[in-house]
Amino acid sequence: MSETLLELRDLQKYFPVMKGVIFQKPIGWVKAVDGVSYTIGTGETLGLVGESGCGKTTTSKLILLLEKPTAGAIIFRGRDLQSLERDDLKTYRRGVQAVFQDPFSSLNPRIRVGDIIAEPVLVNEALPKAQMRERVQELLRLVGLNPSASNLFPHEFSGGQRQRIAIARALSLNPSLIVLDEPVSALDVSIRAQIMNLLQDLQQQFGLSYLLIAHDLAAVLHLSTNIAVMYLGKIVEFGTSDELRHKPLHPYTQALFSAALPSHPDEQREEMIIAGEVPSPLNPPAGCRFHPRCPFAKPVCSEVEPVLRSATNGHQVACHLYNEPS
Amino acid sequence: METSQAVATSETFAAQSFELTRWKKILSTLQRAPIFPLLILAALVCTAVSADFIAPHNPEVGNLRYRYRPPVWQDRGTWEYILGTDHMGRDILSRLIFGSRISLIVGITAVVFAGVVGTTLGILSGFLGGWVDQVIMRLTDAWLALPAITFAILLAVLVQPSKWNIVIILGIVYWTRYARVVRGEVLSLKERDYVRLATVAGCSQARIMWTHILPNVANSTVVIATLQLGVSIIAEATLSFLGVGVAPPEPAWGLMLAEGKSGLMAGYWWLSVFPGLCIMLVVLSANLLGDWFRVWSDPQSSQLSPVVVE
Amino acid sequence: MTEPLLDIKQLRTYFVSAKGTRVVKAVDGVSFTLDEGETLGIVGESGSGKTVTSLSILRLLPPAARIVGGEIWFAGENLLTKSEREMQRVRGSQMTMILQDPLMSLNPLFTIGEQIAEPLRIHRGMRGHLLADRIKDLLRNVRISSPEVRMREYPHQMSGGMRQRIVGAISISCEPRLLIADEPTTSLDVTIQAQYLNLLKDIQNRSGLAMIFITHNIGIVARMCDKVAVMYAGRLVERAPVRTIFNQPAHPYTEALLNAMPKLTDKTERLWSIEGQPPDLANLPPGCPFSPRCPKAEDRCHREVPPEYQVGDQHFTRCWLWERR
Repeated sequence: MSETLLELRDLQKYFPVMKGVIFQKPIGWVKAVDGVSYTIGTGETLGLVGESGCGKTTTSKLILLLEKPTAGAIIFRGRDLQSLERDDLKTYRRGVQAVFQDPFSSLNPRIRVGDIIAEPVLVNEALPKAQMRERVQELLRLVGLNPSASNLFPHEFSGGQRQRIAIARALSLNPSLIVLDEPVSALDVSIRAQIMNLLQDLQQQFGLSYLLIAHDLAAVLHLSTNIAVMYLGKIVEFGTSDELRHKPLHPYTQALFSAALPSHPDEQREEMIIAGEVPSPLNPPAGCRFHPRCPFAKPVCSEVEPVLRSATNGHQVACHLYNEPS
Repeated sequence: METSQAVATSETFAAQSFELTRWKKILSTLQRAPIFPLLILAALVCTAVSADFIAPHNPEVGNLRYRYRPPVWQDRGTWEYILGTDHMGRDILSRLIFGSRISLIVGITAVVFAGVVGTTLGILSGFLGGWVDQVIMRLTDAWLALPAITFAILLAVLVQPSKWNIVIILGIVYWTRYARVVRGEVLSLKERDYVRLATVAGCSQARIMWTHILPNVANSTVVIATLQLGVSIIAEATLSFLGVGVAPPEPAWGLMLAEGKSGLMAGYWWLSVFPGLCIMLVVLSANLLGDWFRVWSDPQSSQLSPVVVE
Repeated sequence: MTEPLLDIKQLRTYFVSAKGTRVVKAVDGVSFTLDEGETLGIVGESGSGKTVTSLSILRLLPPAARIVGGEIWFAGENLLTKSEREMQRVRGSQMTMILQDPLMSLNPLFTIGEQIAEPLRIHRGMRGHLLADRIKDLLRNVRISSPEVRMREYPHQMSGGMRQRIVGAISISCEPRLLIADEPTTSLDVTIQAQYLNLLKDIQNRSGLAMIFITHNIGIVARMCDKVAVMYAGRLVERAPVRTIFNQPAHPYTEALLNAMPKLTDKTERLWSIEGQPPDLANLPPGCPFSPRCPKAEDRCHREVPPEYQVGDQHFTRCWLWERR
């Protein structure tokens, strides 16, 4: 049983919608993340799945301290981030790194690859030059690149290679958690598997935890230990990847599975087409946010918001279909 | 047929072949560079540097016996004063040669000074945002509301006419264009993933601005600088022409124009035409170079890259 | 045996640099056919030449590109012999295209109604009430509710999924015989993508339209296509009916692509990945372009480009491994 590395408790992030030219006043709130709680254990991967507007990217920004939460707590190794002082926050930053989607804008085009990888170490520790060089070369080897690459510039590499460089950089501080925001979706299909395998190997080798955000359900199922399905700022289902794969409970999760593309022309899947579009996070529907599109909606769904509850061991779902009538 | 994948899959980088391509790239860039502007500007620099050696006469002291001599191909012209002499008997060619120094020094220094001030303010304004941005932008607006040359004249009148005062004045007057353009670029650069990742890695804001933002606005800054070179030279010439720039007897091209003005009616055309031609050539070259640099440094408009082809 | 609707023979499209010094062979000897009502999937990654192929068919290539060889037969006519004027009559009415980004496909300054009206006006000469009715019809066909209201709205007022449907409406407005869709769902959410693909299938069933899907996503091919053409570095490396491709892929690249996909249903410990990097079209190796990465490559593969061999019924591949001994 792995210990809890990161815990989110009722995390909220509301963005104000301003009106007015000179004196601005908020007239509404975009509830990007609205009460999200989950845990990530050491050596585990948590996959966040959801479509646009669900809040998964905002959640990752909150964890990376790129945004401040409106409410709720982020607890890392048992300590609440809001209670941390500056130095401790720096330590937190060292423990949590990131790899983003676009390999072309993740690397500063004017800096050599070696310096890009060395930067986090440079800023946080004071290693002598020779040691730094060695570390960079070691990292390059770890991600499958020739150490001589450190003298080159990013534009001399392909997308997949750049993503490897980004991963090397993320590893440079020996982090405990790496946030992977769509790490392979901008890459060619034949390269994706390379990078996914690399991520798996690194996880096993270093006991890393990952927060994986991706829209490709199959890739998330493949890489994740646990999966959280998000819709309009809330988690609607949470469980192990095996549980979700074989028994998705929430209608939205079922719809995602149904909508996913087949891997063979003869693959039969239960048709579950949900109508309509994702509503705007400015005005989420009352009660269960999914109810206007849900084929199983009951009257209670438009009035009462369902709470995330355990259905079977560890498998949680926020849906009135699974609530025992009291 | 399964191939077992080790963590370090072999990627072969012939480091040597990469070095070769870099030299090839430099060579091909040189080949495509605009020859004419580069030659002119190179000539300017060489002239300015070696003025002491190549000028046939002292530019500041003249021989009153040879006043108002026309260029050599006209009546009364001599080979001793190839481009003629002015009202004090000073050799026009020598004055032009030494004048190149003034133009170069003033032009480049003013551009660098304005560039440093403007770029710094632009980066601070764009990156830090908030009240810093507001203050700097309002300052820029106010500055732009002042007519540049008039403002320069005002400042010049307040201080003694001298080379270095001109540099400072031009720097003070012309920084705004840098600030505006740089701020715009910084606003979009701020959103780039590598800037976010630098924050995640724990970089301070100062470091991000210096290491990540500054090199990426360098291109725009250089383009503006090359285009501003022409503006600076003309501004210096204007100020000197109006008598508030470089002080006589120092040979500045603008000053030569001013001094030659009265001679034009009398038919002493060479007093104004040659300095005018020099100003025109240098400014034209600077503009052409700046334009070429802008196109060259913008990867979008450069040659077709095969990655785009799908 | 009826003539195929579209018959591409040995198409060659090259990109030439400004000075004529660098030639990039974006499409190098591609041949395939498409019958009425059929759906073809062209699968490939970056540098495969799939988009350039579709642009060549429509003759909408950028100025640096030139079709240097081959024939494109559409409904019995060689499109390469047509003048630009004649092509304009073909485009929009007989052959249309849907692109990846719906926001860029629609003009932000014109209303939806005006944009749908444009091809109808040009190709069918429709006006007035008839035109308005047809527009509303088309909007209903692509499942957009309250078409009278929507007609007067602008693209920025709609969501991504709706925009893509409007682009679809524009393209089928003149009842074309062929629709080319270039990565039409890449920018859409998964559930919206499913809706959209269903819509396209519906439209095809109703109108007998032939479709070409250009994609890097094998899943789309599995869902939508009758036959598949796999491209790599400008060459067609395999073509076959869809089930054949999935059940018995002949080319090592196809095989590797199929295996590299994580599957929704079974759990695999490790994905099969393809070594190496995508091809650099300006610096292709001699021989088969896939040879540097091919796990089954032999000496000959590195030296000579393989011709096309028949593997089975309507199943062809360019691979030395299938040479008849």
